[in-house]
Amino acid sequence: MTFFIEVTLSGLMAGVMYSLVALGFVLIFKASGIFNFAQGVMALFAALTLVGFMDEFGMPIWLAIIGTIAVMIALAWVIERVMLRHLVNQEPIILFMATIGLAYVLEGLGDILWGSDVKMLDIGIPQGASDWMLDTFDIYIEKLEIFAAATAATLVIFLAIFFQKTRIGRALRAVADDHQAALSVGISLHTIWVIVWSVSGIVALVAGIMWGSKSGVQFSLSLIALKALPVLILGGFTSVPGAIIGGMIIGVGEKLAEVYLGPFVGGALENWFAYMLALAFLLFRPQGLFGERIIERV
Amino acid sequence: MKSITKTLVAALLAVPLLGGTVSAYELTIPTLDYRTGPYAPNGIPFANGFSDYLTMLNERDGGINDTKINLVPCETAYNTKRGVECYENTKGQGDSGALVYQPLSTGITYQLIPKSSVDRIPIFSMGYGRTSAANGKVFPWVFNFPATYWSQATVFVQYIADKEGGMDKLKGKKIALVYHNSAYGKEPIRTLESAAAKFGFELMLLPVDHPGQEQKATWLQIRKERPDWVMMWGWGVMNQVAIKEAASIRFPMDHFIGVWWSGSENDVIPAGDKADGYLSGAFHQPGDNFPAHDDIKKHVYDKGKGHGERDRIGEVLYNRGLVAAMWTSEAVRKAMEIHGTNKIKGVHLRDGFEALDVDEARLKELGLPNFTIPVKITCDNHEGPGKVALQQWDAKAKKWSIVSKFYDPLRDITGPLIAEDSAQYAKENNVVPRICN
Repeated sequence: MTFFIEVTLSGLMAGVMYSLVALGFVLIFKASGIFNFAQGVMALFAALTLVGFMDEFGMPIWLAIIGTIAVMIALAWVIERVMLRHLVNQEPIILFMATIGLAYVLEGLGDILWGSDVKMLDIGIPQGASDWMLDTFDIYIEKLEIFAAATAATLVIFLAIFFQKTRIGRALRAVADDHQAALSVGISLHTIWVIVWSVSGIVALVAGIMWGSKSGVQFSLSLIALKALPVLILGGFTSVPGAIIGGMIIGVGEKLAEVYLGPFVGGALENWFAYMLALAFLLFRPQGLFGERIIERV
Repeated sequence: MKSITKTLVAALLAVPLLGGTVSAYELTIPTLDYRTGPYAPNGIPFANGFSDYLTMLNERDGGINDTKINLVPCETAYNTKRGVECYENTKGQGDSGALVYQPLSTGITYQLIPKSSVDRIPIFSMGYGRTSAANGKVFPWVFNFPATYWSQATVFVQYIADKEGGMDKLKGKKIALVYHNSAYGKEPIRTLESAAAKFGFELMLLPVDHPGQEQKATWLQIRKERPDWVMMWGWGVMNQVAIKEAASIRFPMDHFIGVWWSGSENDVIPAGDKADGYLSGAFHQPGDNFPAHDDIKKHVYDKGKGHGERDRIGEVLYNRGLVAAMWTSEAVRKAMEIHGTNKIKGVHLRDGFEALDVDEARLKELGLPNFTIPVKITCDNHEGPGKVALQQWDAKAKKWSIVSKFYDPLRDITGPLIAEDSAQYAKENNVVPRICN
C-alpha cells in the first residue's frame, strides 16, 4: 500500500511539472486561438538565457531572473511585430505553422547565443528526496517537485487574479471570447497579444527553471512540450485549472500504468499511455475536462 | 596601364598554380556530427575531438603521408533519416570519395550497413552499432573495434562478480538494466540474459523512452525491487536524469554502472556531489595530459583552427572522438602502405582497417602512451581485443579515473551470440560469408 501511495504521489508531482508547461499553451490559445508549437522551445530559451546571465555575465539570481523576464517580454514584442501582426485573420493552421518556424528560430538563436552544452541551473531550489518523508513514512518524493507544486499553485492564483480582477485580464477575456467585439470596443489586439505572449514567456521561464533544475539546462528541454500535449487534450486548451488537473491525471495515470502494467507488456509505456488516456477522455468530452463546449449553429 | 597588364599576366600565370593546389589529391573523410538537437551535448565533444585530431595531422604533418585530409562535416542531429541523407550527399565528394563513415549512432549504422557493401565504403562504428558486425566474414565493410556492447556487458558482470567475491557469488543477485528504449539500448539484453542464465543472477529490464527526461516510474521500481546493482545503457539527458534519480533514492553510486556512452562529464556534473562514485565503462583514458593533446593545442588551437573550446580538450567524449580519429588515420596509413599509393579510396581503406595493428609502441610514437588498449584487427575479427575497463567519477576533483584492470570479455557468451546473429543476418540478406585465412 505504501508503494501505491508513493507511485500516486510521484505521479501527482510529475503531473504538476507537466502542467507548468501546459499552462503556457493554454494562455496563448485562450487569448488568441493559436496553438503555440514553440512553447517548449520558449521554456528552453528562457532557461538558457537565465543560466547565461548567471554564468556568462555573473549576475546574481534575482537580477538574472528580472533580466530573463525582460528578454521574454522583448521576445513577445518582437514575435507580435514580426510574425503575428502579419497573420491577423489567417487560418489557425497558418498561425500554427508560423509557431513551428518560431520554434526553429528560437532553438537556433539559443544555440548561437548560449551554446549547446548541458548547463547546471542552481537558483537555490531544494533538490533530492525529502528526507523527512523518506525516513518517517518510507515514501520517496522529490523536494523539487514539492516546490514545483507550490509554485504552480501560486501561479494559478496569480493568473486567476490577473484574468478576473485586472483591467488587462478582462480585456484578455474579451479578446478570447470574441475578437471582433473586443476590437469594436477599442481593445487593441496587438497590445493584448504582446501581453499574453509575455505572460506565457514568464510561465515558460518558470517551467524552464523547474525542468532545468531537474535535468540540467539542455536542448532536450524543448521536448517537454510533448509531455504537455496529452495534458492539454485532457484538461482542455482553454482552461487554466484544466491544465493543472489534467496534468495530475496524466501524471498519476502514466506512473501507475508503467509500474503496474509495464512488467506485463515490456515496459516503456509512460509516453504512449498518456496519449491513450487523453484520447479515451476525448471520446466522452471532445473539448477536454474543462474546455469550453463549442456549439456550432448550422 | 602597364601595372594593370602586369597584374593580369601575373593572375593568368597564377591560375595553373592555383588549379594545381585545388586538384591535389585529398583524403575525404565525412564527419556525421550532431551539434544540434537533444543529443548535441554529447555529439559536440566527440565531433571536436575527431576533427581536432585530423586537423592537427594536417597542420603538423601536412596530412597523412603528406596527403591532406579533407573533413566534410554533415549535421545529423542524431536523426537516422538525416544521417542517411548525409551519407548519400557526401559519399561521392572529392577525388577519393568518402573514405570511411563514423556515424556515431546505432540507428544510422544499422541503415548504412547494407549501403556500405554496395558503395564499398567502410563503416567504423567504434564501440557501437550492430554488435555481430564483429564477425568480419559476414560484415567485411563494418568495423566495431575496440569492443562491442556485448563484450562490455560481460565485463560489467565480471566487475560485479569481483566486487561480490567471485563469479559464484553472482547466484541469487539481482541486477537491473535501465536502457534507452531504442536499437542501441536493447543491444546488451541478449548477452545479459545469457549471462544471467549461466551465473544465476536475476535480470530486471527497465526501458526508458526517448529522451528520458522523466524516469520517476523506473526509479520507483528500482526502489521497490532493490537490485544489488544497476547497469545503464543511456544517452543524452537520460543519463543525467538517471544519475540524479539514483542519488535521490539513495542508491549507492558505486553499484551503478553506465555504458561508455553514459560516462562523460556532461552526465555527472548536473547531479553535483551526489554523482560521486558513479561508474562507467571505458576503453581509453580521460584527461589532456598526453603529448598528442599538446600538439592539438599548439598546431590547431594556437592557430585559431580548433573546433571547440580549448579548456574542454581532454574531456571523456572529446578523447573518444580523438581515439576514433587516431585509429582511422592509422588505418589510412596502413592502406597506403598495403597498396603503395597515397591515392586511396574506400575500398583500399577497408584493407587498411583489416590489417590495423596499433600496439603500445605505436601509441607512444603517436603521443598517446597508455592512452588506450592495443588493437589488432583481422579478417574475421572486426571487434579487436574487446577489452573494457571501468572508470569512476570523483565529484570533488571533477574528474574521471580508470579504477579497474582492462577485463577480457567472456567470449564463451559473446562468441555464440555473434555467430548466431551474424548467421541470421547472412541468411536474411543472402550474404555468403567469406573465407578468412
